[in-house]
Amino acid sequence: MRNTFSEALYLAATKNPKIYIVVADISPAGSMAKFSTQYPDRFINVGVAEQSMIGISAGLALKGCRPFAYTIATFSLYRPFEMVRDDLCYQNLPVTVVGMGAGAIYSTLGGTHHTQEDIAIAGAIPNMQIIAPCDPLECTDATTWCADKSSGPTYLRIGKAGEPVLTKDAAEPWRFGKIRYLRKGTDVCVLSYGVIMKKAADLANRLQAQGKSVSLASVHTMKPLDREGIADALRHHKKVVVIEEHAPQGGLAPQTKQIAWDIKAKCSLYTFTLQDAFIHNYGSHDDLLRAHGICTDRIHAAIA
Amino acid sequence: MSATAATLRPNAFDAAAARARCLKFRRRILDISQQVQALHIGSAYSCTEIVDCVYYGLMQRKPDGEFLDTFLMSKGHGCMIQYTILEDLGLLTRADLDAYCTPDGKLGVHPDYGNPGIVAATGSLGHGLSMAVGMALAERSNRTGANIYTVLSDGEVQEGSTWEAVLMASSLGCRNIVAFVDYNNFQSLGKTSDTHPSFYPLVEKFSAFGWESVEVPGHDSGALYEAVMQRHGDKPFMVVARTTKGKGVSYMENVPIWHYRSPSKDEYAQAARELEAMKL
Repeated sequence: MRNTFSEALYLAATKNPKIYIVVADISPAGSMAKFSTQYPDRFINVGVAEQSMIGISAGLALKGCRPFAYTIATFSLYRPFEMVRDDLCYQNLPVTVVGMGAGAIYSTLGGTHHTQEDIAIAGAIPNMQIIAPCDPLECTDATTWCADKSSGPTYLRIGKAGEPVLTKDAAEPWRFGKIRYLRKGTDVCVLSYGVIMKKAADLANRLQAQGKSVSLASVHTMKPLDREGIADALRHHKKVVVIEEHAPQGGLAPQTKQIAWDIKAKCSLYTFTLQDAFIHNYGSHDDLLRAHGICTDRIHAAIA
Repeated sequence: MSATAATLRPNAFDAAAARARCLKFRRRILDISQQVQALHIGSAYSCTEIVDCVYYGLMQRKPDGEFLDTFLMSKGHGCMIQYTILEDLGLLTRADLDAYCTPDGKLGVHPDYGNPGIVAATGSLGHGLSMAVGMALAERSNRTGANIYTVLSDGEVQEGSTWEAVLMASSLGCRNIVAFVDYNNFQSLGKTSDTHPSFYPLVEKFSAFGWESVEVPGHDSGALYEAVMQRHGDKPFMVVARTTKGKGVSYMENVPIWHYRSPSKDEYAQAARELEAMKL
């Protein structure tokens, strides 16, 4: 996903001289080498200085530029939090804060490198928009939107590398602020976002193999949340399942429950999130998710 | 660095006129203090000459009269002096300042982005210099020839984020930044030299981080102006301006409570008398 991010950003930068990237000693691979060679003035490495990464991005935006601040998710959002809040969100500047390797993707680096509460934290700040693409293709669409269209601050939550393409034959195009059906059915609707969408797709495949009519939707824009779209999903399916790689508070699960209450939804609603606990396990990304109860077998059994 | 042909700046800085302006600004702030409970009067009096020098001596203007350069008040709590100057320049109105901190007004105790003449919201310390670096990079990329001026408090220089920006400004070669430290040796809980003896010396610290830096008497408008005009201009420039918190009113000078408090009626009258007699 980070390679497609850098390719999309490079392409945007070739067309728009206002695009900058400010990185904190971590550079997206792939096309970033071309970016930094061709546009050295617009590739700024602050080193291990994330507060300055956000402040410099704000200063650039105050002079009309459209910067992307890029590092590992914990360091792009948590470390410089007050700069994100005051410099970017309070001043409502078109800066994209890229949180790379969000969730528990850095599975062997320990809890200091996990972002399991980033949606809640970023989502609590007025003006902040949040996009969490589910595959490399959505990452391209989201990056291009941030580069060309966004008029305010955005937290772009992306994966790392190796995410499969899931949206090539999606039923709908990517549109900011709208949930996107990758397939449409009538019995069960699986809602998810970000790189964990692969598990949602696995679940959908299993249910379909059992003869169910299944919808699978990417809730890529986590703020502003498409409340109408989610309400529709709740109205038109017998079962709705939310799977997210995020703490139980402040993410898609509680917001979907809130919408369900507001519209007096009749469907069954199942939510699967990380627990309200730090992850002390090591191993693969899947191993860590399983430790918090997120695995396709368990979810499949739980909603049967 | 000299002004380019396309820009206008006064050929000489009239220090006597600056003194008269600064007296007027202090009086205006004193008057506004009677409308509100609190307004960081000591902090504004501390950097009065610095901010005056930036606006009336240093900042380049475009041929159409608009400022080419940018002033960013990093020590946002000192913004009463910026407000009074913006009023004098016609960017803010008398009504704007009269409505300071009232429900009908738009000006608060800290500068708010979006208000005329205010380029960033700097109520929280340690944000301004990084934003100044970003602005300086944008101006450099656009080859505008514009400089970014900023004023930091000495307390603010304790923020780690300030040092990130100090490191980046010089590493990125932002020679179009001119920063001032309002070095009044006071912060909320006492004398900085008592609480943070390792804070000193300052000029050497900035020089070691790749800035050109000088120490200047911070209430001497002519000295401030000359220091900036005589810089080499190949590095970011930091003026460590030796100042007195609450400068101009005896009972405020170096008394931490006046960081924030407004004078009573009697105190107001005394302050007004002392300001009239102020000799710099």
